[in-house]
Amino acid sequence: MVSEKIKELIAEQISVDVEEITDNKSLEDLGIDSLDVTEIAMSIEDEFDIEFEADTGMKTVADLVAAVEAKLG
Amino acid sequence: MNFKILGTGSYVPENIVTNDDLAKIVETNDEWITKRVGIKERHISVTDTTLDMGANAALDALENSGVKAEELDLIVTATISSDTACPSAACLIQSRIGANCMAFDVSAACAGFLFALETVSGFLERGRAKKALVVCTDRMSKLLDWSDRSTCVIFGDGAAAVVLEACEEGYYDSVIHTKGGNDVINIPARDGCSPFYKNEPQHPYLFMNGQATFKFAVNSISHDVAELFEKTGLTKDDIDVVIPHQANKRIIDFAQPKTGIDREKWYVNIERYGNVSGASIPIALDEMNKKGLLKRGDKILFTAFGGGLSSGAVIIEW
Repeated sequence: MVSEKIKELIAEQISVDVEEITDNKSLEDLGIDSLDVTEIAMSIEDEFDIEFEADTGMKTVADLVAAVEAKLG
Repeated sequence: MNFKILGTGSYVPENIVTNDDLAKIVETNDEWITKRVGIKERHISVTDTTLDMGANAALDALENSGVKAEELDLIVTATISSDTACPSAACLIQSRIGANCMAFDVSAACAGFLFALETVSGFLERGRAKKALVVCTDRMSKLLDWSDRSTCVIFGDGAAAVVLEACEEGYYDSVIHTKGGNDVINIPARDGCSPFYKNEPQHPYLFMNGQATFKFAVNSISHDVAELFEKTGLTKDDIDVVIPHQANKRIIDFAQPKTGIDREKWYVNIERYGNVSGASIPIALDEMNKKGLLKRGDKILFTAFGGGLSSGAVIIEW
């Protein structure tokens, strides 16, 4: 559920079909730069009503999902 | 008591630096800069000082308003790059344009125009001034580390000014915030040459945490605008024009939907100027004024954010 929503937010951010956003894809391969990550992080904050900071350790879609799931407990 | 804007002016250095020009200095390219910040070119001073630009913008605003320098009761200059620590930039502008009123600077970086308006509104409200000049002038190019490609591509040099008059009609309301700290944006001042001072010298150029700045900017726009609507009872439909601080087109694109105010009402000219600090908003205002894009009675919303951290939103009636 969290995973699906995050993939939707990423797809929306970079204007691609959500099917292209798979767990093991690296953010870099998806053409996501640090500013995109910031914008995605802010969309995540709005969506899940949490405080969320993206950091440079987040390399893949799965990393991002795991970090949000950890925040949500 | 409120005030109205009698006239506007601006000045930018003649020298235009394109993204391709920058690609010869640091490792960058037009596509990267355009996508990341939405800037194509900026004006960078060759010989213009912060004073030169501010005084030229002030003279332009006086001419546009039909007010003589000697009629001014107050000059407030917003700058973070004054040529002199003392006298203030406002003092030197007063002298250059032939005014003889009180003059001083305020420092609020990119939100400087709004902090200056707020300051002036107090003087007008108390009847301590009838006609006032606000000048925003910054030679950002002197504050940049020109080997840092993440910041040197963002800024430009320039100045703008407005002449204000106290009057019963008109409209002014504002929210102004400070969240003090230098971890997100920092521009150290000179350390000096005291033989007794033993601290490590500071790197005297602009530092910016891009992601934190982006977040602060977007949140400031959405929160400050919402707070101002709540305070004034106005709604998004009452606003005719929005002039946001021109820091990064991506900030504007991301924040605009959060305010609920239609995109067509937002004026954006960052592609031709870059981020000109406090002068960004009044340069855009002057451009709209000179192009005849403003109508008497238009409600204009300004929203700004920057080093300090400082932010604010202002609604005026044209």
